[in-house]
Formats: sequence, structure tokens, C-alpha cells
Amino acid sequence: MPDKKHEKSKVRIDAHSGVPTTGHEWDGIEELNTPLPRWWVWTFWLTVLWAIAYTIVYPAWPTLSGGTHGLFGWNSRNQLTQEVTQLQVTRAPIFAKLKNASLEEIEANPDLLSAARMVGAAAFANNCAACHGAGGAGSKGYANLNDDDWIWGGHLNEIRATIEHGARWETDKATHSSSMPAFGRDGLLTPDQISILADHVRTFAELPDTVAPTAEGQKLYDDNCAACHGIEGKGNTELGAPNLTDAIWLYGSDKPTIISRIKNGGGGVMPAWSEKLDEITIKALSIYVHSLGGGQ
Amino acid sequence: MSLIESQDTLLGIEPFIEPAHRIYPKKIDGQFRRIKWSIQFLTLGIYYLLPFVRWDRGLNAPSQAVLVDLPHRRFYFFFIEIWPQEFYYATGLLILAALVLFLMNAVAGRIWCGYMCPQTVWTDFFMTTERWIEGDSRERLNLDTAPWSFEKARKKIAKHFIWFLIAWWTGGAWVLYFADAPTLVHSLATLQAGSSEAYLWILILTFTTYVFAGVMREKLCLHACPWPRIQAALTDEYALNVTYRYDRGEPRMSLKQASALRAQNLNAGDCVDCGQCVAVCPTGVDIRKGSQLGCIQCGLCIDACDAIMAKIHRPTRLIGYDTDLNVKHRQCGIPETFKLFRPRTIIYLALILAISGFMTLNLATRGDAHVSILHDRNPLAVRLKDGGARNGYTARLSNMKNTPRKFTLEVTGAPNLHIEVIGAEKKIDGKILIEIGPDQTRETRILLAMPPESEHKGQAPITFSLTDRDSNQTIDVQDSFIWP
Repeated sequence: MPDKKHEKSKVRIDAHSGVPTTGHEWDGIEELNTPLPRWWVWTFWLTVLWAIAYTIVYPAWPTLSGGTHGLFGWNSRNQLTQEVTQLQVTRAPIFAKLKNASLEEIEANPDLLSAARMVGAAAFANNCAACHGAGGAGSKGYANLNDDDWIWGGHLNEIRATIEHGARWETDKATHSSSMPAFGRDGLLTPDQISILADHVRTFAELPDTVAPTAEGQKLYDDNCAACHGIEGKGNTELGAPNLTDAIWLYGSDKPTIISRIKNGGGGVMPAWSEKLDEITIKALSIYVHSLGGGQ
Repeated sequence: MSLIESQDTLLGIEPFIEPAHRIYPKKIDGQFRRIKWSIQFLTLGIYYLLPFVRWDRGLNAPSQAVLVDLPHRRFYFFFIEIWPQEFYYATGLLILAALVLFLMNAVAGRIWCGYMCPQTVWTDFFMTTERWIEGDSRERLNLDTAPWSFEKARKKIAKHFIWFLIAWWTGGAWVLYFADAPTLVHSLATLQAGSSEAYLWILILTFTTYVFAGVMREKLCLHACPWPRIQAALTDEYALNVTYRYDRGEPRMSLKQASALRAQNLNAGDCVDCGQCVAVCPTGVDIRKGSQLGCIQCGLCIDACDAIMAKIHRPTRLIGYDTDLNVKHRQCGIPETFKLFRPRTIIYLALILAISGFMTLNLATRGDAHVSILHDRNPLAVRLKDGGARNGYTARLSNMKNTPRKFTLEVTGAPNLHIEVIGAEKKIDGKILIEIGPDQTRETRILLAMPPESEHKGQAPITFSLTDRDSNQTIDVQDSFIWP
């Protein structure tokens, strides 16, 4: 037990600074007991008070059934709702114009076009980019929206109809429902016939390494394919039958891919977005997609 | 006395940090005080009144001479209008400001601190108010040490209230640079200002002005401001500083002793150690200790010393703008040297002229329209039905004029280019017409297509040319066409 009286006697006022020492001494080295600056102490106590007040004003303390609600009843969910409402109020005038104008009118008005493209770009990134790619470049089986080949039509209203009702989307009655038969799987054609047909289809677009067109191939095509793809193979956007004479092939233009398509038939599925998105968003998306490659 | 104390006393050790003490600068009149008054009048006048100066820019632009229009991303300075992409002019101005500060320092030390720094100007303004209400140095000291009384409370409340008014006015003037001043004054006065930001900024600046000029004062210069430290590294022996001419002043003695010694033709200093130079100093330094961190070079000690010298019929300017080098030269009987033109000042001056010249030229020759072209990144290129290719571009056109304008678009550099601009149907002389409103930017999507026979490998350089229909001036932007 150190002698308290002795310890106390060592505390003295330092002559230079006028500040008391702590009374600790190590081989003649002493320590000043400089008090914290008053402004610092006041700030410290103010922050303590602030913190206590904060937990009263804002929701903070847990209770058995939930928590305190604070004096103003503030919560982050309400704040979000308010901010969303505020955003809707800000957007209301331009959204009202987008709602009332036709797609052609929107495209002809620089302000509306710019607004529609911005709304469309955001909606595209949220809903469409998963299949069609961030820039709408598509991939195998998913159409490139930047080119000039439109399976279901590339006019503004056609694009809008495709977005609204989707393709082969069972719950939507107006969806693009036509589909290519599975000629091989369903036994409509033999494997040999499919091979001849694939060679014949490849002659339309004058693809490299094609064989000369044959009468047998022509007959198989006329009997099975021409109804939808047309006698010249130019396709039909009403039925979603792709043009077989151009340089764009959704699944690929090599022979095994074409054989696989004839054998298995079917086609891509796209959701009917009217089930999820509102009218303005769909109109904006139509404008945006149309502007990617200029549409038709 | 303890062992440690006696050791310190023996070694002459002073404490590292001087204990805080309040300074009560005395009132003084003189040449430098008058210079300070006029600069203060000018700078504060500019600060408080500039937002109210009008400048006619026509229908589609604000008519405030100096305006930072944050919502519309514009900065107006009389006949100059700066858009966000031209913000580098601000960088140029900051570089110029730094160089001018360096030049001032090379010529006459920290005159920026002494006369023009807002901290000095507002502190001086606050001190003047303080002196007006509480009296001069001695009265203020007495008032502070006196016990609380009605009179003391009245003076203190009056002082802090007026300080608060000045601070509030200062904060209020600041926000006027960010909105139409007369409108904002009216809406602030009627508590109708739309956003809380104006009130918040007034509050912040009221607080900082009050604390910096009222409470912190020289402590800000000593402990917070980096300039004294930088200045010390940038100065040289030729820079004119407020200098105590110790060749004349030392040894200090009373007037009586000095005249006795002078009668015997013996050496006597002019300094009578009256302490007036210390008494008037707003930062509380003793200039006779030489050039130091606390000295802001305001020259008030020169005025104080000159007044005393005149009274005792000795030559004035015992303290003056001088160099330590010259003091030493005089002591050794070598002629004084004043080198205004030396590599340091010449280089600063050359840099200032070069940068301001470059900026002026740049500003005078800049266009009133701007185009930037951004090539699509995803996809870079698209194959078309006929085997051709298409590239997409986003063009941002800025019309910096206050009138609507029409531009025609041409693209050159590659054969058989087909141009399409989304939303621009109109054509003039076979060229696509793009219209932009006054003081606006317009983003348009441009699609370029090439037939299969033009196919090439890699990138083909192409040029987008936008021609103003009225002035026939053309802006060219280089980009490229890529094949998939």
C-alpha cells in the first residue's frame, strides 16, 4: 500500500505552464496534468446529450413487441414512399405527355424522345437485358435489337405489340403464338429429308459451302416450309417466320444448327410485359428499342 | 523550487506551447491603417454589393452580373458564361491566384495576410465594432476582468449582437451569388425562400464568420492556416518584410539615457522600449524579435512606432518594410540592395502572364457550340440483312447561344455511308437538319450504315461535321466506323 500522503505531496503547480502535475515521477521526469480544453469538454458533453436526444427523437430502442417510434414517427420506409411520390410529381407533366402522345408523335418531339429513351433505357436494363443483352445485341436464340431484321416486325406499333403480349406466352391471348413444327421429332420428315432440306435452305442466302439447289430440296421446301417462310424464303413477320435469304441467323447458319432447328421446331419465348409493366413504360421501351437500330 | 524547475531556469527552456492569452490590440492611426481602411472598404463593398450588379444578357439568360447557377449548371461573370465542361477555367484561375500570392510574397512578404485575407478583413471589422462598443485596449481589459454588472452585460450583449448581425449579413451575401439577388432578398425577408438550402448556408456562414472573426481571430492564422508555413518556405532574403531596424534601434534605452550618451558622441539606440508596437499588433507579436510566424505584415506597428518617433523628435520608420539583409548591410556599412527583379519574381511574373494570356486567348476564341460523339460500346457494330454493317453513336450537341439554332449534319471519310438521325426527319439540301433550343444541349442518336461491298478490316476513320445554318461555321469531330 503506497503512502497516500506521500503521493499527494508530489502534485505541484508547474511554474512554466501554470498547470498541475499528476504527481507521477520517473527518475525526475514528471507528467503534466493538463486539463482538456474547455471547448473540447463542452463539445463532448454536447455530443453525449445529442446522442441521447437522438434516440428519443428517432426510432432507436427495442421493446418486446418492436421498438420505439420516436417523436416525429420517422421511418425509412415512409421516407422512401415520400421520395417516390415526389419523383412521380416531378415526372407527372412529361409522363402525362408520354401517355397521351402516339409513338410517332413521341419520336418526332425531341423532348419527349429524350424522356422516353431515358425511361426506356432504365426499363430495358431492368427487364430486357437479361436475355437481349445490356446493349440489346442479343445472343444465340435471342434477337439482336440493333439490326434491321425483325422477326415480329420492326415498326413502332409492332415492337409495342411484341413487348405487350410477348411471344408464345401462354397466359396472354394476344401473344405471338405461331410456332415452327418439330419436323424431325414428330416424324413429319425423315433425317435424310431434313438434311436435304437444310442444304436447300442454305442456298437462299448464298451461304459459303452450299451445294447446288436440287429439285428434291425445292419440293420438300415448297411442301413443308413455304407456307410460313414464303416461296422465296423471305419470311413472314405476321407468323414470326424469319427471312431465310438474309445475312442474319438467330440460331446460326451452319448446317447442323439448321438441321437441329428443322428437327426440333419451336421458337423463343418472351414474356407478355403488359402483365408487369405499365403503359408508359411499355411505350418508352418501344421507343427505346426502335431507336437502337432505327427499326423499320 | 524543484530540481526540474531550477534546471529549466538554468537552461532557459521555454514551454513548447504558449498558454492561451487574449489579445487587446490598441487603436492606432497612420499611413498603413489608412491603407487597411481603404482596402477593407473596397473588398467588403465588392463582397456585399456585387450580387446586386445587373448585366443584360437578353431574354433567355439571367441578368445578374456574377451568378453561380447550380440548378442549370452555369456560371456567369459579366460577359463570360461558363458551362460545366469548361470548369478548367476555374482551375486556371486557382493556379493564377496561387502564383499571384507567390509573387506578392516575393515582393513584400505576407501582405496578402495583412490587408486582403478575408480572415484579416473580417477580424478587423469585428475589432472595430468591439472598440466602438467596449472602448480601447485598456477599457476592454478592465471590462473583461471586472465582475459582472449591468453595464458589462449591456456592452457584451450589444457587441455580440452586432457581431451576429455582421456574420448573418456575410452569410446572407454569400447565398446571393447563387440565385437572383433581389428576388432572393425579397423571398428571404418574407420567409418564402423555396428551399431550406439558402437558410442552411446562411446559418453555416453566420456561424463560421462569427467564430473565426469574433473568437478565433489570430489563432486561425497561427494554428489552422497553411499559408504561413508555405510562405516561410517560399520567401528569400530580398522580400520586403515588416522589419525592426535594430541597427538603429539597439541598444534600447530611455530617452534621457540616450540623449546623455549622444551628448558624449556614444552609440545609443532609438528604441525607447515603449512597447507600442506590441500593443497595437492584432496578432500580439513583438516585431523586434524579427520575422516570425505570427506576423501578418499589416504594418500597424509601423504606424505605432512612427507616432512615438515623431513625439520624441527622432526620425520615423524605425520599423518599416525592409529586409534583414539591408539591416545587416547598414551595420557593416555596405550599401543597401533592393532587388525587385530577380529570378524568383521574373519567373512568377512570366508564368502569370503566360497563363492569363493563354486563358484569355482560349476564352476569346472558344466556340459557341460544342459537339461530342460517343460510339456505342455494346454492340460495337451490327451486321445487317444485306450483309452490310451499322454503327450507332450518341451525339451531344450544346448550343451556348441565347437563340435557337439549326445545324446540318454530314459524315465523311468512308464510302457509301448512309446516315440516319433518330427523331430528325427534316432535311435541307439533302442534309439532315438538327435543331437546338437556346442555351441548351440536345442528345441525339446517329446511325451509320455501310453496304457489304464497302467492307474493310478494323476501324475506318470518319468525320462528323456539324454546320451552323446561319454562320456557316463547321465543327468537326473525328470518330470511327467498325465492321463486325
